Amino acid sequence: MSALREGLKEFTRYPSAIAGLVIIAALVALALYTVIAIPYREGMRLWRGGEEIWIENPRNARPGWVNFFSRARLPKTVVVSSEEGAAQRKRVRPLPGGLRAVDISLAFNYPYDAFPSEINLFLKASFKERRSYVSLFWLTPDGRRVSLGERSLRAYERYSISLDRRLAQKLGRVPPEIALFAGKDAVAETSPPLRGRYELRLEGLFFEEESNLEAKLVVYGQVHGLAGTDHRRRDLMVALLWGTPVALAFGFLAAVGSSLTTLFIAAVGVWFGRWVDALIQRITEVNAILPVLPILVMIGIFYSRSLWVMLGAIIALSVFSLGIKLYRAIFLQVKESPYIEAARAYGAGNFRIIFRYMIPRVIPVLIPQFVILIPSFVFLEAGLAVLGLGDPVLPTWGKVVNDAYANGALYKGYYYWVLAPSTLLMLTGAGFALVGFALDRVFNPRLRTL
Amino acid sequence: MTLLRILRYLIVRAVSLFLTVVVGVYIAILIANMGGYVDQIRKAQIREQVGSAVQADRSLRLLPPAELRRVIDQRIELEEQRLGLDRPFILRSFNYLGDALSLSLGRAERLTSDKGSRQVRAIILERLPATLVLFGTADLIVFFAAILAALFLSRRYGGFLDRAVIALVPTSAAPAWFYGIFLILIFASLLRLLPFGGMVDVPPPESAPAYALSLVRHLILPIAAILIGSIFIAIYNWRTFFLIYSSEDYVEVAKAKGLPSGAIERRYILRPTLPPIITSFAFTLISLWSGAIILETVFNWPGLGRLLFQAIGLFDTPVIVGSVVIYAYLLAVTVFLLDILYALVDPRVKVGEGRGKSV
Repeated sequence: MSALREGLKEFTRYPSAIAGLVIIAALVALALYTVIAIPYREGMRLWRGGEEIWIENPRNARPGWVNFFSRARLPKTVVVSSEEGAAQRKRVRPLPGGLRAVDISLAFNYPYDAFPSEINLFLKASFKERRSYVSLFWLTPDGRRVSLGERSLRAYERYSISLDRRLAQKLGRVPPEIALFAGKDAVAETSPPLRGRYELRLEGLFFEEESNLEAKLVVYGQVHGLAGTDHRRRDLMVALLWGTPVALAFGFLAAVGSSLTTLFIAAVGVWFGRWVDALIQRITEVNAILPVLPILVMIGIFYSRSLWVMLGAIIALSVFSLGIKLYRAIFLQVKESPYIEAARAYGAGNFRIIFRYMIPRVIPVLIPQFVILIPSFVFLEAGLAVLGLGDPVLPTWGKVVNDAYANGALYKGYYYWVLAPSTLLMLTGAGFALVGFALDRVFNPRLRTL
Repeated sequence: MTLLRILRYLIVRAVSLFLTVVVGVYIAILIANMGGYVDQIRKAQIREQVGSAVQADRSLRLLPPAELRRVIDQRIELEEQRLGLDRPFILRSFNYLGDALSLSLGRAERLTSDKGSRQVRAIILERLPATLVLFGTADLIVFFAAILAALFLSRRYGGFLDRAVIALVPTSAAPAWFYGIFLILIFASLLRLLPFGGMVDVPPPESAPAYALSLVRHLILPIAAILIGSIFIAIYNWRTFFLIYSSEDYVEVAKAKGLPSGAIERRYILRPTLPPIITSFAFTLISLWSGAIILETVFNWPGLGRLLFQAIGLFDTPVIVGSVVIYAYLLAVTVFLLDILYALVDPRVKVGEGRGKSV
């Protein structure tokens, strides 16, 4: 054990190893933070809860930090609701004949240099028999007033202003989210939007006592949060954060499961020798013929894509991996050493010798390999996800990359969508590899003498 | 005497390797059919197909329901017979095994080659060149470049280049497909210099030089991805390996004798390390067979990896098994040839003696 401690002391002298440790520590901290700050249930709700959870997020928005790098300020999402700060925004006055007039003014400031990506108006009306009636107007900073039509309201209505073809036609065949924000004589699309105070005014009539109306205007921006959003408006941050504990746990468990069992089986084979050894050798050779990735793909397509089923399959396939041959060579030497004979002389049992005397001797060789194995399993999981065989429930980095690929992120220029998960994958790979290769140089006796 | 011993050893080795192949292929067959579970999926598919085919057939739609039922059942039965689904799976699995081992790969159930053939052989042969041209080029470059670079670095052990390569080794923690995504992002998406994927332009150029040029343009990114993903670790491993061998006593003696470094390298370092180099080369070659499912998917490359992926997606067991059995044979034959080669190249290996085997 003192050799181990000395090795660790030497290990800290490699700057690359320290860098690797820092990366790993940061990832572990991120994973812990995620699990505590966004508990599993909450994470699942945010990622798979249904459209109402992310309806106010823009589609395919870039991460917020792109604004630091570009001169033009990209818009954030603006939400104006008559339910909050209602006093100024909604006014109801009685009219003769039992009618009531309602005025809702949804005003907001728009200081950005680019057009919004979408505009939606959500209307919630209550009535018994006669629907309320409302006219919509758009007021621009330079004092123009554009009519957005009139409608009689159902209980719940979503008016997608940016998808209104008739409105686009009226505005000169320009998409409404651009035309409504463009200056007066601007050649739209090339010139920047008009900055200033915009207002959406609803002027309506209530025909009943109980009638009411709430309106919420969402002007979707082009940036969102720290990670942006995907094609379904989901905040990518959720997937990136939750991908961290999933990836680390998967890599670690797979590495433990495969390397420790392999080690144990190699030791058993060498210690008992004869037919046990021969059998293990033959199984290893058969196992070498089986193609691992295709089998995992088969399991994913035929049976289950669950991460834990995949984990089990990976461990099962790598128990008799070719690593056994390497450990076997080392154990064959260890078996002949005098201290094993001494252990046998004092009457130690088979498994006591295997666990207490043989396996510990190989640990220094095992540790670097173990550390290097972890990212390879993380990438294996990501690779399966890229093939479309990611876990159906858990958000993982690989699944984000797959979503991005399936939706043509690279063709359409949504680079953030690919870059963020890849960077995290790369950090994981680099962190463990830096530590692993440094450990290899420390613990591998043949390399140390060089 | 010696000849007899060698012969006996080779026969024992060949038989044991063949048994390994038999067991491995049988397990692959069981897995590819999920122990018979795939049959149920296929039966359900047949039922659905026959149902919709009958629905679409005008002349059948007018039949009375009982009659229609009979026609449907008949067609289902016929289709199940065609695929052999009417016999128990265990029996069929041994038929599959026999066919697979005798390399009569049979006919694919759903996939066809681009020319329209259902022969598994034709389908595989059609995809083979795509995989060979990509992975053959890349793997050969990695192999020879790594060995040459490693020899060079082991001479300049501890120098700047040596340390630079060691510093770059952790890049190999990420697989080639991962770098592929980055390369596509930079060179295809951002700079628009190279194509996103595929093997040639669409439509393929008519003239041979234009075709070759297009192929080369499509090859650059995937080959670069493979190189980034594996060359540094390969150099590092070979370098360590050569360093260990060049610290042997006989190399010191040769140096003391004043032999030129080229001669030392050839005679005292490369010669004893030849067997592992040959082994590594052989395994590089047979690993070509399986292609690489994920890399080919990322680059939309029409090779064997994509084929296998498609076959699995369509539950096309004959293609899956065909691909596995060829790999198994290649592996077994390679190991066998290496056994012989070791005996020829390495005088220390005495065949058929002692308890252990050399490989």
